[in-house]
Amino acid sequence: MPSQEIDIRYVAKLARIALTDEEVEVFGRQLGDLLGHVEALSELDTASIAATAQVVESRNVEREDVVSGCLERERVLEMAPQAQGVYFRVPRIIAEET
Amino acid sequence: MTQWESVIGIECHVELKTNSKMFCACPNEFGGEPNTKVCPVCLALPGALPVANKIAIEHMIRAGLAFGAEIPEFSKFDRKNYFYPDMPKDYQISQYAMPLTQGGAVRYWLADGSMKECRLTRIHLEEDTGKSLHAGTTGRIAGSSHSLIDFNRAGVPLMECVSEPELHSADEAIGYLEALKRTFVQLGISDVKMEEGSLRCDANVSIRPAASTELGTKAEIKNMNSFRSVHRAIESEIARQIEIVQSGGRVVQETRGWDEGAGRTHTMRSKEQTHDYRYFPDPDLVPVEVDRELVESIRTALPELPHERFARYRGHLKLTPAQATQLIEDAALGDYFDACVSASGHAQQSANFVLGDLARLANENRMALYDSPVRPEHVGELVRMVESKTINSKIAKDLIARMWAGDGSPAAIVEREGLAQSSDVGTIDPFIDEVLRANEKSVMDFRAGKTNVLGFLVGQVMKASAGKANPRIVQERMREKLG
Amino acid sequence: MRPVIEQSAAELARAVGAKEISARDVIEATLAQIDAVDGSVGAYITSLHEMARASALAVDRRIAAGEKMRLAGVPVAVKDNMCLAGTRTTCGSKILGDWIAPYTATAVQRIIEAGGIPVGKSNLDEFAMGSSCENSARGITRNPLALDRVPGGSSGGSAAAVASRQAVVGLGSDTGGSIREPAAFCGVTGFKPTYGRVSRYGLIAFASSLDQIGPLARTVEDAALIYEVMAGHDGMDSTSIDRDVEPAVTAMRSDLRGLRIGIVKEFDTGKLGHEIDALYKRAFADLRKLGADLVDVSLPTAEFGLATYYLIAPAECSSNLARFDGVRYGLRVDGADVGEMYERTRAAGFGPEVKRRILIGTYALSSGYYDAYYVKAQKVRTLIARDFQRAFEECDLIACPAASSPAFGFNAKSDPYSMYLMDYYTIPMSLAGLPALSVPCGSVTGEGAHEPLPMGLQLCGPLFSECALLGAAHAYEQASQHAKEYKLAI
Repeated sequence: MPSQEIDIRYVAKLARIALTDEEVEVFGRQLGDLLGHVEALSELDTASIAATAQVVESRNVEREDVVSGCLERERVLEMAPQAQGVYFRVPRIIAEET
Repeated sequence: MTQWESVIGIECHVELKTNSKMFCACPNEFGGEPNTKVCPVCLALPGALPVANKIAIEHMIRAGLAFGAEIPEFSKFDRKNYFYPDMPKDYQISQYAMPLTQGGAVRYWLADGSMKECRLTRIHLEEDTGKSLHAGTTGRIAGSSHSLIDFNRAGVPLMECVSEPELHSADEAIGYLEALKRTFVQLGISDVKMEEGSLRCDANVSIRPAASTELGTKAEIKNMNSFRSVHRAIESEIARQIEIVQSGGRVVQETRGWDEGAGRTHTMRSKEQTHDYRYFPDPDLVPVEVDRELVESIRTALPELPHERFARYRGHLKLTPAQATQLIEDAALGDYFDACVSASGHAQQSANFVLGDLARLANENRMALYDSPVRPEHVGELVRMVESKTINSKIAKDLIARMWAGDGSPAAIVEREGLAQSSDVGTIDPFIDEVLRANEKSVMDFRAGKTNVLGFLVGQVMKASAGKANPRIVQERMREKLG
Repeated sequence: MRPVIEQSAAELARAVGAKEISARDVIEATLAQIDAVDGSVGAYITSLHEMARASALAVDRRIAAGEKMRLAGVPVAVKDNMCLAGTRTTCGSKILGDWIAPYTATAVQRIIEAGGIPVGKSNLDEFAMGSSCENSARGITRNPLALDRVPGGSSGGSAAAVASRQAVVGLGSDTGGSIREPAAFCGVTGFKPTYGRVSRYGLIAFASSLDQIGPLARTVEDAALIYEVMAGHDGMDSTSIDRDVEPAVTAMRSDLRGLRIGIVKEFDTGKLGHEIDALYKRAFADLRKLGADLVDVSLPTAEFGLATYYLIAPAECSSNLARFDGVRYGLRVDGADVGEMYERTRAAGFGPEVKRRILIGTYALSSGYYDAYYVKAQKVRTLIARDFQRAFEECDLIACPAASSPAFGFNAKSDPYSMYLMDYYTIPMSLAGLPALSVPCGSVTGEGAHEPLPMGLQLCGPLFSECALLGAAHAYEQASQHAKEYKLAI
């Protein structure tokens, strides 16, 4: 189990949350503490154990390919923090994000 | 001077043809009024959950089987986490660790008829994003002041199809893409229209010395919106890279955009961002355990695939690469042709009519041949009558026009109107004698060595016999008589 | 007849169905109670007076038309992480702003179809992350039995509403104990069904593989009734179980004869202090008196539950909460470009606990750490589930504490980990997907408390053992009558 300093700024960038310097310090410490507790898991030998993604095993839950109703556009755009005409509007997109 | 080999890999995104979206019941249709084909699920409203579309999964199996891929027992959906404003959940449901198909290859051909194969790195199922319109100066993303988003496309089932870097020219890349496209159309799983965005592709291009087996540094080419632009972009990029290397430079790894107007690629982003997509199994969806019976029933129901048809047309039917390609381009036309061949027993002559006079009429009338009144069995009769010399080519042409006009069976017309060609000397001779009598001057010219009047005289006989005389026999007899 | 607000859901539904009382009168009495006490309790983020009145009229019309409804006129508190069309849904967060849900969660829809009437959207820890309701951005909720103490969390609003008679029953969601712990703190019954029994469609996700909706009620029978109405397959939730729901209400028992109840060796209540230890020893003895065989069972990996949970739940939450990005709904804090807008919106919209969990989860899934953290946790999850399977070869149900202490005071748990420890006894069952409930088992004098504080006995059974579990809890509840000891502080 890795036990290194968490690059909290990198993680916050991935999670898209702006952090203050104070938050970087506090969250960094708290996450470090928590991961310290998590270290305990390394005691368990799980080499031959299957991972559980879902507890109750089910398979092949699929929809028939049938169309049903959509939301009304007026109601959809009402929710928008910013709409323009029939669209949602967002600030400019920096190309790197594609 | 070093010979360079280009190495190309193609990444395609193909929208699957279904009634509803991948994970919700909104319609999967191109275009439409912005933001009207959305629901809590595809808008990623809080609390909404995805449920997979059965038909999209079947389409993936269809595609996998068509490319000879393995269909594993288990498959699952993963989340690919990254933020983008036209991706509602800010993660894309995709398949990372266990896609629905594994391996496979695309068999394609070139204009000279040679068959090639390009292996697939992966094909997997995911969901499409919405569309962003970049407002401001240029309509491009760079320099725009803000963007407007339409979520109608968000959640449309999307197949990602990545080839190995095994293509070595722009022609091969196009051959590959065309085979991919024809296969999807033939399977009925996508419209594959680049102009509507139901097929989108990027090309990874690199070069290396001809003898080398190592891969060179690649550039990823984007913004190509037709096969023609893919071809031009790849050629231009290969030329650019060769020029750089030959002048002592080095190709840098980057993403380049194709500029259709300028006819060249340009740098989009020179430094590849390292992505950390944090893939993990989507806990909102359950694994797919692929039913073997379903796989077998899909396999059994697979239509003849384009490369199989190509091989058949080239091999057994001995069509030219161009004829074969034309008939495969439109599978329904190919089916029509096949019906003509089984009715006539003659492939080449059937191809001549279907791709010649009939294609011209179809084109003039802006109607598909298979939707016209001309039935394949009628074409079969026509071909048989031509092959058996029951009618000559002139009569055949007239008959085609009449078949198109809805006159039905050409054999019946020939029978009814006595149009059958005659090879009987007893019938033909009187026509010849009459023509020779009426054209004394030509006869003298011929005897004086002007042999080119023969054509004229034969033509006169054909006319006199209302086209029914066998021109070969007419010519033979004419020569004898003119001695 | 007892006052309307004291009656059980079963009693009210019967009386309304028999036209002995109108749904309208039931709702008016409940709304009057809300008006009277919620100022000091703070159970609701949004009260639904108008909608509830309109719904009551609709129910009365349905009754008049001869319709039979299992929850006719029953006032229900709906945790504010469940969508109810036309109502503000906040998740206890700032990030949703005043977002009005345009659709209704399946579980809530089933309650409404059965004649139940939502009277308010109840408070919770932001995005159901917490054990005290202190993490709500929409105000605090006080424990109605001790106003200087927390109601527990995250379903603290529903627990407090039910305890203070501001609803007959409440809907909660439980990810690691969020129904059971507040039920214990507020002296009511809280039931988390088997994972997948109740549709999650319309429940704003915290951790998809753990979240489960369940009832909070003043009686086990009411919990069974609400469960029965909500449970069952839903085509809108791929993880909802397609399996018949056995009738739970008729599974109530009056003794525990023939039942083997496991006492978990590793859950030594001696560690919880003399008073709490004595309380649980007494509760276990009461189970035996009712005819149960007490057997020792072992859950050797249960102690790893907390560490496992605090990888899996945050990992899922980091992805589930990505959609709160300021593009389509809720809060937006503008920025020069879309990336800056995201970062500012999420910085302003999420509280510290949510940020902490998003960061942990993002880290646990990030490149290079995925196998060591996330996959490892999923493997330990397998071990924990296996421990329960083995234990259930030797017993039918397991009994243990619902929480390690009674309700604590505000700001008592300043260190996140000490708050996480509150769920020590509930998390293993969540990881294993098992049905579990908390039923009142007496009270203790908490640290610095003036009055006795409720404690809960947790019972848990194998997957899909809801009926056995509820039946046994009912027998214990009826024999012990602990709920009667609890006195409201309002």
